[in-house]
Amino acid sequence: MSASALARLELNRSLTIGFAITSIMLATALLSFLWTPYDVTKLVVADRTQAPSLAHLFGTDHLGRDILSMVMVGARNSIAVALVAVGIGAGLGVPLGLWAAAKGGWVDEVIARGSDLVFAFPALLSAIMITAILGPGAVNAIIAIGIFNIPVFARVARAGALSIWPREFILAARAAGKGLARISLEHVLPNIFSLILVQLSIQFALAILAEAALSYLGLGAQPPLPSWGRMLFDAQTRMAVAPWMAIFPGTAIALTVLGLNLLGDGLNDALDPRRRRA
Amino acid sequence: MRKWKLGLGVAMLALSVSMPAFAARTDLVLGVILEPPHLDPTAGAAAAIDEIVYANVFEGLTRIGENGDVLPDLAERWTISDDGKVYTFKLRTGVKFHDGTSFDADDVKFSLDRARAPDSTNAQKGLFAEIDTVNVVDPATVKITLKEPQGAFLYNLGWGDAVIVAPESAATNKEKPIGTGPFRFDSWARGSSIKLVKSPDYWGEPVALERAEFRIVPDAAAAVPAILSGDIQAYPFFPSDGVSQIEGDSRFKVVVGSTEGETILAMNNRKPPFDKLKVRQAIAYAIDRQSVIDGASSGLGTPIGSHFAPHNPAYLDLTGVYPHDPEKARALIKEAGAEGLKLTIKLPPTQYARLGGEIIASELREVGLDPELVPIEWAEWLSQVFTDKNFDATIVSHTEPNDIDIYARKDYYFGYDNPAFDQIIADLNTENDEAKRKELYGEAQKILAQDVPAAYLFELPKVGVWDAKLEGLWQNAPIQANDLTKVRWTD
Amino acid sequence: MGAFLARRLLVALLTLLLASLVVFAVLEVLPGDPARLMLGMNASPEALAALREQMGLEQPLLTRYLAWTSGLLSFDLGRSYTYSVPVSALVLERLSVSLPLALASLTLSTLIAIPVGIFAASRRGATGDTLSMGLAQVGVAIPNFWFALLLVYLFAVWLRWVPAGGFPGWGAGVWPAMKALILPTLALALPQAAILARVTRAALIDALDQDYIRTARAKGVSRSSVLWRHALRNAMIPVATIMGLQFAFLLAGTVVVENVFYLPGLGRLIFQAITQRDLIVVESVVMLLVASVILINLLVDLSYALIDPRQRVA
Repeated sequence: MSASALARLELNRSLTIGFAITSIMLATALLSFLWTPYDVTKLVVADRTQAPSLAHLFGTDHLGRDILSMVMVGARNSIAVALVAVGIGAGLGVPLGLWAAAKGGWVDEVIARGSDLVFAFPALLSAIMITAILGPGAVNAIIAIGIFNIPVFARVARAGALSIWPREFILAARAAGKGLARISLEHVLPNIFSLILVQLSIQFALAILAEAALSYLGLGAQPPLPSWGRMLFDAQTRMAVAPWMAIFPGTAIALTVLGLNLLGDGLNDALDPRRRRA
Repeated sequence: MRKWKLGLGVAMLALSVSMPAFAARTDLVLGVILEPPHLDPTAGAAAAIDEIVYANVFEGLTRIGENGDVLPDLAERWTISDDGKVYTFKLRTGVKFHDGTSFDADDVKFSLDRARAPDSTNAQKGLFAEIDTVNVVDPATVKITLKEPQGAFLYNLGWGDAVIVAPESAATNKEKPIGTGPFRFDSWARGSSIKLVKSPDYWGEPVALERAEFRIVPDAAAAVPAILSGDIQAYPFFPSDGVSQIEGDSRFKVVVGSTEGETILAMNNRKPPFDKLKVRQAIAYAIDRQSVIDGASSGLGTPIGSHFAPHNPAYLDLTGVYPHDPEKARALIKEAGAEGLKLTIKLPPTQYARLGGEIIASELREVGLDPELVPIEWAEWLSQVFTDKNFDATIVSHTEPNDIDIYARKDYYFGYDNPAFDQIIADLNTENDEAKRKELYGEAQKILAQDVPAAYLFELPKVGVWDAKLEGLWQNAPIQANDLTKVRWTD
Repeated sequence: MGAFLARRLLVALLTLLLASLVVFAVLEVLPGDPARLMLGMNASPEALAALREQMGLEQPLLTRYLAWTSGLLSFDLGRSYTYSVPVSALVLERLSVSLPLALASLTLSTLIAIPVGIFAASRRGATGDTLSMGLAQVGVAIPNFWFALLLVYLFAVWLRWVPAGGFPGWGAGVWPAMKALILPTLALALPQAAILARVTRAALIDALDQDYIRTARAKGVSRSSVLWRHALRNAMIPVATIMGLQFAFLLAGTVVVENVFYLPGLGRLIFQAITQRDLIVVESVVMLLVASVILINLLVDLSYALIDPRQRVA
């Protein structure tokens, strides 16, 4: 990262706001490991659907749980699922993309067609099918979301790498007798790193939304672990009588996604070499 | 300007005068939560089929009334031989199927023989197991001979699975049901709605509604706005979860009635440590029925202490046998050496099971057990729990009427085996004296309440929501049906 | 162009074949017996066996795969286990909801997104840009099922302008049917518009940064002329790609929104079929969707080739 990029990083508004929101969400998730106002696994049915008060800042849900605590633990769950799913996607997709760009020919063709094949399946419905086979749960939600992230990263990495390969310093490295794998790792990857970083933040935001949709359908993390999507599901039959059950987890999802998208935009502006010229 | 106003006044006057001439509304849109797979009640277990066609399109020899009583339907009257084996039914005459063919004794014989044939796919084939022969005496008389006397035979004939169909249309009833009822099938937009219209040549008392539409509204979140916006005027089996938003709105009635659904936490009695009485007792002590009822049925369920419906005359209140007592539960778990016991609770996709599961899991954790909730679809419940008996515990509502005998069935999914209990059920099958039967039912209830092969939670409430101006819908649900024969608008 | 087309077609067919194997294999391992589900708890073993035989579930794997795929080739999608009607009839019925809904949502989102995207790109960095893109950011971030629910409470329950859900069918008249689709269209179109607007803006800015545009500007071509005549044309490629993806998503990926509005669409058909283990419906409809996505991709590729002949080589 060059000095000018660092300078831009500070000036970039999207990045600042996005970074702030994302940090708050991460901190909340981490804090929930150490402390929550109430135990989310303990139900006090007698205290159900209480409006926000000093005792329960965000109110209680239909089974008497503290919504603030649930939103905190939900953050942990959402972020963990999204992080691991995107990690799988990038961890498998980027090497595949690099390999395709390096080898070309039939390897490239097979990887490209493989991506097409995955993309041709309706993502949400396929995720539903996957969880129908493996059973609902956070791990299977990760698998379902992760699979559809692989081709995304493969494509981005391949496209980025293809634009690097004709460059002179690569030609020099080849002349020096370095192998394809080594060049990809030592020369290509660092040069497309910013591209992948931006994609990571975008996919991370999408994964948060996908996790919310899956757990809304009852296919994500299972009780007693709270998840934002299922909190919304539980809230929707009580929209008029207990709106706080819906407002807080809904806002948490929107805020997290917003923060990540802003972060992605900001990184894009800061790291894109073409933007530096402007 | 004045002229215009005058004209308007006259028009309004005319309108108000002619108001009484406008008859009350004759159309109704009802919400149902599940779409039936097809519309032939004799070829599928789905309650969703009966919810549309029972008593409306199809009729049987007898029928079940709102309070679970057996009423004559296509059979006007009957006689029973002294040994209880021969039933002679006198059929109604002048009855026509919706396709114009007439109904007679041959249709009865056809329907019952079809239901009990070897290749029959009737989901309740057991209902007809005791039938030995069905004989046509004359076009208006049918004689049914049983192998053994069966106390519930007339009730059994009232099930949706025992309705009378015509040989001409039996094969196509799934898509185009042809019955003898007051409504005939009009159309079915799959995934959306099923429409019925009044049948012009119905044999019985004419119905008030001209047309009825059953609209499929698959979840509670959609059902609430559908009712509130007036799109749907009645939702007879309303998800109790949504009731809080409708209560207190004077445009609607919330009607809570009874069902035959005993909601239980069934345990796998053949599998250690659930074969130990102490472990089952501990689980029973750990559960606070009231919190389960409040959380999983919006406080509308009735607590039960055994496998018996509270509205049944033979019901005994046994909810006090294992009151909520976490201390005792912990002590029993210690005695049984089951501290930290891991158990999976498999939950079918119903609200009472999913919500009840969360509450019960929290209560079991409280007393030192380690429950895991596993939500599954009905298809998996039937194969994993019911057929393969691969489960520790499950929450389910047994909605068949008077089904305490399931605990005497060999190899039933919860694996309860108690010769003393089996004997009582065997005695019940041959006993005809009402007082004695009541006593035997009492004994059976007590054994289950003590033995807790399942923790007994509550009787499932039937929550109906409909327009305040509508009357005639069932309050109770002895069977899962929407009988529209008495439904009418009051304004 | 001919060779390019032939190659692309061959690849598409291969992808379809692979997809059919994947779909079939996945459904084979789906737990749960459809016959058991249809007959319920009290079913006798004979009744179950009779039904399984009727449904053809007792045949060997390969026979069933071949029967299914050869059926597909002759446009016979099979017969639904649960509904016992031809799957093609079900699909046609559902398409009469899903297709108009997808088209309406795509049209609405395009009508909103492209002008907003152009507006924002032409005022890069100004208040108008920040404001519209800020809104778009929020639009992308809100879960669509959540947004749908808010629309229902506002326009159906409170204002009572439109029905809360359901679909009366086109037989009930064009207006009632369209009225039932207004809220779902909004719920689907606005988040899509937010995405599309961002893509349009980014693509335009990208195009405006290209050297030949700079050259044109240097030569004295007016700013607006550059934007409209040169940059927009180039920006259309990524925009068309996203629109293609969005259309595929709108056709079937809308299960959650369909649930909120209890619309009888394609997405819910598959969702129900999965829970009811109506395997043949899942198989055939998923294949149909996969095929349509592949077709859309093919068309998008061809349109690239038409917009920019250089793409043919790649």
